[in-house]
Amino acid sequence: MIERDLVIVGAGPAGMAAAISAYESGVRDILLLERDQYLGGILNQCIHTGFGLSYFKKNLTGPEYAHRFIEKIQAIDNIEVRLKSFAVKLTKEKELTFIKPGELKEIKAKALIMATGARERTREMIHIPGDRPSGIFSAGLAQKLINIEGLLPGEEVVIVGSGDIGLIMARRFILEGAKVKAVIEIQKQSRGLARNVVQCLEDFKIPFYLSHKVARIYGKKRVEKVDVVEVDEDLKAIQGSDFSLECDTILISAGLISENELLESAGIKAGNISIPGLFVCGNAYKIYDLADSVSRDALLAGKQAAEYLKGLG
Amino acid sequence: MKSLKSTMIDVLIIGAGVVGASIARELSRYKLSIAVLEKEEEPAFGVSKSNSGIIHPGTQNPAGSLKGRLCLEGNTLIRRISGELGLDFKEVGELIVAFTEDEIQRLLTIKSEAETLGVPELKMVDKAWLRANEPNLNPEVIAALYAPGAGVISPYRLVYALCENALKNGVKFYTQTRVENIIFTNPGFEIQTLKGVFKARYVINAAGLYADEISAMVGVNDFRIRPRKGQEFILDKKKENLTNHLIFPLPSKVSKGILVIKTADGNPMIGPSAEEVEDKEDSSTTEEGLKKVFEGAKKLVPSISQDDIIAYFSGLRPAAALAIGSQTTALWPAGDDFIIRYEDKAPGFINVAGIQSPGLTAAPAIAKMVCGILEEKGLGLEKKEDFICEREKPIHLFNIPLSETEELIKKNASYGDIVCRCEMVSAKEVEDAISAGARTMDGIKFRTRAQSGRCHGSFCTTRLMKILSEETKTPLTAITKRGKGSEIVKGERTID
Repeated sequence: MIERDLVIVGAGPAGMAAAISAYESGVRDILLLERDQYLGGILNQCIHTGFGLSYFKKNLTGPEYAHRFIEKIQAIDNIEVRLKSFAVKLTKEKELTFIKPGELKEIKAKALIMATGARERTREMIHIPGDRPSGIFSAGLAQKLINIEGLLPGEEVVIVGSGDIGLIMARRFILEGAKVKAVIEIQKQSRGLARNVVQCLEDFKIPFYLSHKVARIYGKKRVEKVDVVEVDEDLKAIQGSDFSLECDTILISAGLISENELLESAGIKAGNISIPGLFVCGNAYKIYDLADSVSRDALLAGKQAAEYLKGLG
Repeated sequence: MKSLKSTMIDVLIIGAGVVGASIARELSRYKLSIAVLEKEEEPAFGVSKSNSGIIHPGTQNPAGSLKGRLCLEGNTLIRRISGELGLDFKEVGELIVAFTEDEIQRLLTIKSEAETLGVPELKMVDKAWLRANEPNLNPEVIAALYAPGAGVISPYRLVYALCENALKNGVKFYTQTRVENIIFTNPGFEIQTLKGVFKARYVINAAGLYADEISAMVGVNDFRIRPRKGQEFILDKKKENLTNHLIFPLPSKVSKGILVIKTADGNPMIGPSAEEVEDKEDSSTTEEGLKKVFEGAKKLVPSISQDDIIAYFSGLRPAAALAIGSQTTALWPAGDDFIIRYEDKAPGFINVAGIQSPGLTAAPAIAKMVCGILEEKGLGLEKKEDFICEREKPIHLFNIPLSETEELIKKNASYGDIVCRCEMVSAKEVEDAISAGARTMDGIKFRTRAQSGRCHGSFCTTRLMKILSEETKTPLTAITKRGKGSEIVKGERTID
């Protein structure tokens, strides 16, 4: 089995920053694995601005922000990038198996940084009862369909949850000529950033229902309508407060969950890592509000991995 | 209406669920012309898609019932079919549990009834056995009836395997072909569909929830299908070892109760509820359903957490209610049996209706029974010498060791191109599913598991749409979840 000094799983904002900082701290053998066909992760579909304000002191789009890291990585020969490479197995000894088209490889990492990001909470996780037609998307999937694939997921949209991606997508749908009927948030305040509530909802006069939930989804083939109901302090439906909204599309924007299945499969708890030389950073470690903060903290992971490797001599 | 088939077909089967598919495959052994009509875009999109996948051992069937006999026979046949058609049948065994001395008495009754029927190897197990073999079971369970012959199989992959094999043996499948009317032409039938008219000597009604309506077309209307909804909740694959067996409570009057189910693919499942509904297309889930199922499952395995639920669905059991005189009863009592009979009122027409649990298990035996009826009623069954009995086992990376995956990737690079990250499904598997007949996103899901994991398709939907679009030469905007009207997107972005 080939041994590598530092292996990083995931090349989104966390993995890329960790790779650069590890190199800058002296690591000279870095393998960066990315399962998608390009570096940057989810940044590529975030074509709105708001990235880089603290990290670069510039207002950038997601792809622009990613590009600054990608350029740096490409200029460093000691960082080997492998795209379309999917890590399938990990052991406590930091042995990692990944597959890519045409190849299965096992490597042993002296130091390993997991920067595997997060996934979105689904309709199933927040238990919205009703039919199961087409037209229900996670906000991130809708974002990918519009911004990467050039497709319009729906024309009359209800957004469940006020996570930042949902708020950004509310504006995106309006700009694409669709109607956004409402954003429904079960909590008393927005989950997303205040600036997104103002710039994405208020500026476009999109109705924002706090302390409300979608009680039921209707539609045999395609979404037809939703029932909305106000909730009390205990998040229980208030009788008689319900109303319906006709729509053909529902976006779920109810937060993110760290993707740590690989660690878990190796019997390692992401929140409590006691294996020397193993680090977790970015949304895989905790859910951040801003990509800038992800990059900032991931620099630390790269630095610590470098220090760990120095310690090995 | 133009005649699609001017020639007379020997046997026409209505419905491509597990029953219709089993009959089609069984009949394809013989020198016959056979057609299967399915109203949906793909087979298994009706009742079969929401089956639990349990292969029942034969317990919990009323003494002397048809379904009891067919269940027992099916349990044996399905093992052979799984081998022939490259399916994964897992004999996991089942435990029907008792919490009180009274319940033990009821278990003993179930045991002796099942033994009379011929269910083998049943035994009572005690608390110590349960603690050793089923550690997550509620410690308040004091005994259980153990039926080692129970197993699990993927219900839709069973249907697809049967259809693929039947197709290979000459059966013709017509999807999106809803039957509008049937004319008895004495002899034979004219079957009118939106896609044209079919003529057949024999018609087999395996139309599931719509079997009553199809039967009424030939004047046989002494039964109604009363859908009984079951809501089921799927848990994360991480919980694969939650239980080692299928766990059953004592059965109620209308159902086997809320179970903790092992599945062929690893994800445990809890459910189903049992609710009478009117609408034959009602596949909705409800808050009450979740609550009920969850409470029921927690009673069996207290450590189940609501956070483990990654998906849910509901399905309808096509329970039959027989009319008494001219009146249809509101509902026949529990234990209503299958209706499998030759209709003398419309000679050549066979009803296979009311196939609720244990229908999946019984399906291969039902197929044999139907063949027997056909032969008895004058259809010559002459064996084909060139019948292809076997189907190549489709590859699923999720259930083979990595060493095998490595070999596969060397042979075909696309096995290393992972599309669905949660369930580890490669582009090659998706392409294979499409060449085997998948035409919709659900069709891909049922065949490959792509989109059925914890992210629920958030990451792989776009890639799957593109593969389906390329392979079937369909525009992305026409890709559907499960047939026309369920398109994934509304259109292309307008570019100014």
